[in-house]
Amino acid sequence: MANDHWGAWSGGGSPFAIGSKKLGMWLFILSDSLTFSVMLFAYSYLRIANPDWPTPFNSHSIIFASVMTFCLLSSSLTMVKAVGAASQGHRKAAVWWILATILGGVLFVVLHTQEWLGLLQNGVTPFGNPWGVPLFGATFFALTGLHMTHVTLGIVYLAVIAWGFGNGRFKAEDVEISGLYWHFVDLVWMFILPLVYLMSTEI
Amino acid sequence: MTDKGAHDHNKLYLIVWFILLALTIIEVYLAYMTLPVTVMLVTLLFLSFLKAGLIVAYFMHLRFEKPSLFWTLIPATLICIALLSGFFPDSMRILSLGQ
Repeated sequence: MANDHWGAWSGGGSPFAIGSKKLGMWLFILSDSLTFSVMLFAYSYLRIANPDWPTPFNSHSIIFASVMTFCLLSSSLTMVKAVGAASQGHRKAAVWWILATILGGVLFVVLHTQEWLGLLQNGVTPFGNPWGVPLFGATFFALTGLHMTHVTLGIVYLAVIAWGFGNGRFKAEDVEISGLYWHFVDLVWMFILPLVYLMSTEI
Repeated sequence: MTDKGAHDHNKLYLIVWFILLALTIIEVYLAYMTLPVTVMLVTLLFLSFLKAGLIVAYFMHLRFEKPSLFWTLIPATLICIALLSGFFPDSMRILSLGQ
């Protein structure tokens, strides 16, 4: 009976009705969300404790960061398209959508690197800056660096999935799981953008 | 999943993407206005949590999973994150140390 299988207390074998790989990714995302939360809280703590915290982001860098956000958001859309195509068995379409997602991620990393190089040229390094609040650089580069690492690893992960799903080695579920990771990286940026950039504008 | 169902989902994802984009534009617009810091922070955080919710519910498909998955994953994580706020009074204490 359907009720036996889905009832409130019948979760013995598969309590969440998802595969263990997918549950594993969800649990990883939980722990990773705590990692990023702690970093964001540390950033906020240090910022409150330093009244002379710099607000260096001008109109140009805000537009830059908005374009980066657009790349990441759109890559999330192409990723759900990839997951949809994969679940319907459209192998080729799924691979193309994953490649489009990778493109969005690569654009994000390229723009972000550009931004970093600009800051470094202006003397903003992880250990010092012109405003005399070294912790700004430490928290900024640690936070955005950890996020950029996630995007970079995500690109590698998606490339492996695209290759493996294209030649039939991986299943549609594997595409879906890689999608969960990619959306999470997008989600984290939705907190970094306002807290690190939009709260530190000089317009 | 039927083809029609898939089509509806595609439309849903497109709508969610538009909303996320619109919320981002509002956030960026707020950055150009000179609002008091607390108002700005509260508004931005509210919008960010809204965006995070949309991503988790639709893009990460949690809305369409068994409810037990949501109840296992999300409330505990949010409580853990909220408990980190306990450090903030200390950061404000530093501000008044020299006085």
